[in-house]
Amino acid sequence: MARVRTVSADPVLEASGLVKRFGSRVALAGVSLTATAGELTGIVGPNGAGKTTLLSILAGDERADEGSLSRVPREVGWVPQQAAVYSKLSVAENLRLFARLERVPDVEGAVERMLDQTGLGDRADDQLGRLSGGNRQRVNVAVGLLANPAVLLLDEPTASLDPRQRERLWEFVTGLAEAGTAVVYTTHNVLEVERYAGTVVVLADGELLFAGSPADLQREVAGPAADFESAFVSFLHARGH
Amino acid sequence: MRWLLGKDLLVLKRSPLLVALLVLYPLLLALLLGLALSRGPEKPRVAFFNQVPSNAEEISVGGDSFDASKYADEFFKSIDPVRVSSREEAFAKVRSGDVLGALIVPPDITTKLEGGVESPTVEVFYNAEDPVKARYVQDTIKSRVQDANLALTRRFTDTALEYLDLIATGGRFSFLGRDFNVLGLQRSEEVLRAARRRLPASSPLRLELDKVIGFTRLARENLDLSDEVLGIVGAPIRVKTTVVRGGGTPLTTFAVAVVTTLSLMLVSLLLAAGALAHEREENAFRRLVRSLVRPEALLAEKILLGALVGTLLALLLLAGLALFVDLDAGRAPWWVVALVPAATAFAAAGVAVGAAAREVRAASLVAIMVGLPLALLALVPSGAVSGTLYDLTRAVSAVFPFRPALAALEAALRDGGEGLAGPVAHLLGLTLGFGVLARIALKRFA
Repeated sequence: MARVRTVSADPVLEASGLVKRFGSRVALAGVSLTATAGELTGIVGPNGAGKTTLLSILAGDERADEGSLSRVPREVGWVPQQAAVYSKLSVAENLRLFARLERVPDVEGAVERMLDQTGLGDRADDQLGRLSGGNRQRVNVAVGLLANPAVLLLDEPTASLDPRQRERLWEFVTGLAEAGTAVVYTTHNVLEVERYAGTVVVLADGELLFAGSPADLQREVAGPAADFESAFVSFLHARGH
Repeated sequence: MRWLLGKDLLVLKRSPLLVALLVLYPLLLALLLGLALSRGPEKPRVAFFNQVPSNAEEISVGGDSFDASKYADEFFKSIDPVRVSSREEAFAKVRSGDVLGALIVPPDITTKLEGGVESPTVEVFYNAEDPVKARYVQDTIKSRVQDANLALTRRFTDTALEYLDLIATGGRFSFLGRDFNVLGLQRSEEVLRAARRRLPASSPLRLELDKVIGFTRLARENLDLSDEVLGIVGAPIRVKTTVVRGGGTPLTTFAVAVVTTLSLMLVSLLLAAGALAHEREENAFRRLVRSLVRPEALLAEKILLGALVGTLLALLLLAGLALFVDLDAGRAPWWVVALVPAATAFAAAGVAVGAAAREVRAASLVAIMVGLPLALLALVPSGAVSGTLYDLTRAVSAVFPFRPALAALEAALRDGGEGLAGPVAHLLGLTLGFGVLARIALKRFA
């Protein structure tokens, strides 16, 4: 198990008391979160827990009704769940376009860096529409990294990938964290939290139920738990979810 | 914005099927509509038997000669003549349905016209199996014969006026190679007045001469009015034409304007609607507007794309049409002045559709389903429907760019800059309106 446990004391993103309502429904009820440099933070919870809403607010895609953020959207890299890239453009053209829109000072340098990091240098001239889902997602992540942000937000990055593609994507993401980027991601896959997250954030019905290491979560559950997934389910049951 | 514009043009370049459809479909549709608009009823086939000997086609009236065959040439512009060599052949062709009618010109038509005593008669046979075409043949022949009658009447009137002038004022006159000196009423009056002066004051003949002098003066003064009277006889009713509404655009120019405006509408509307919806289908919209591009700038870019491509294609279409239709290339700068705001307004309507429909296929379908009926509505002429319905069609078509775009292009093709300001201002207003609608629709776009 290649767990990343690089913990730094430097908070690069702080969200405090975030509240979001959709009509009478409360999607987030005063959620706070801190992301530190070089750490992977996994946000997990059942459907409708508010994971994507939280990430959208951190990304600046949605506005919170209450609460505060320490960074403006431009300073945060965001990778939406569906690859937000142009299928008729090549890998390099996509990177070049978004680098220009991001007003990156050295566009070609940033493109080269991203091609190198994603390992897609030999596919640079291939149109996105001809790439596999995994490679498209790597380009999607690379676009989020073009401005060299201190924080990268990933919304269910492996949702549509097969196991092999997932493995390769996580290799890429953990490499980013090792290089010092604070990575915050949402997932339905509890094992991806256990395996890669330094901090796990558990949401249910818009409430923050837990924030700590996966080991701490396992310790929270009374009695012997066979594995992390069982511990997580027991944790939710114990809190009425 | 320029990077996104460049991206969209690159995507277009790499989508040849889409570009082909985007260009060919509007062109095909516009071409069909143009044909329907510019082509009048098909010329009816009419058998024509001219019995006038070729050496007798000149008519001589009052010393002037003119060629009667030029009236036949005018007539042939309205029909498809089938020349036959006998009256029987003409009749047989009508009976068999080979032609819809036959016109028989008698051999003595020119001599009777020259003689001025008896009116010549032309014969017309109809095939009335197709009532619509039969009516067209009747109307065409009747109309052209009336034209010929009118032209000949003018000739005879001119000749008669020359004779009357000779009677009124006197002068020399040639007939059958001999010259005659006509005294005329004016000189007769002078001669009579001179004779009266030579008579003694008490002569009873003076009273008689005064009566004759009075008659000659009265006759001369009334003959001076003869040109107006004969003019009225020649054309009892004159037609004065005044254009009350519309610019009096020739049919061909109007057809070109309709064809071009329709193509422009389809290209700009579809492209802008599709390009905006495409951003959502590629999931790029949220990424773009999160921090990279303002939503207003994204809309402006799509409008620019639609306007740019639409204008270029419309200009190419006009250049192509100019090869077949008489268009004044010197007005080309005015074409651009009309096309740019028109394309911009169509593109603005396109982004409103794209923002509302949110998917490329839906946006394209909605653009066509909304655009085409509104375009056709703008072409409904006054008088075709009731007054209230017509006012309604005008009100509805006023909130869509087709009608002002057509008016602008008509003005640019016809008059140059004259009459452009109103439609262009209308188009700018619509651009703003659709831009605001699109911005509102974008709130639920992602």
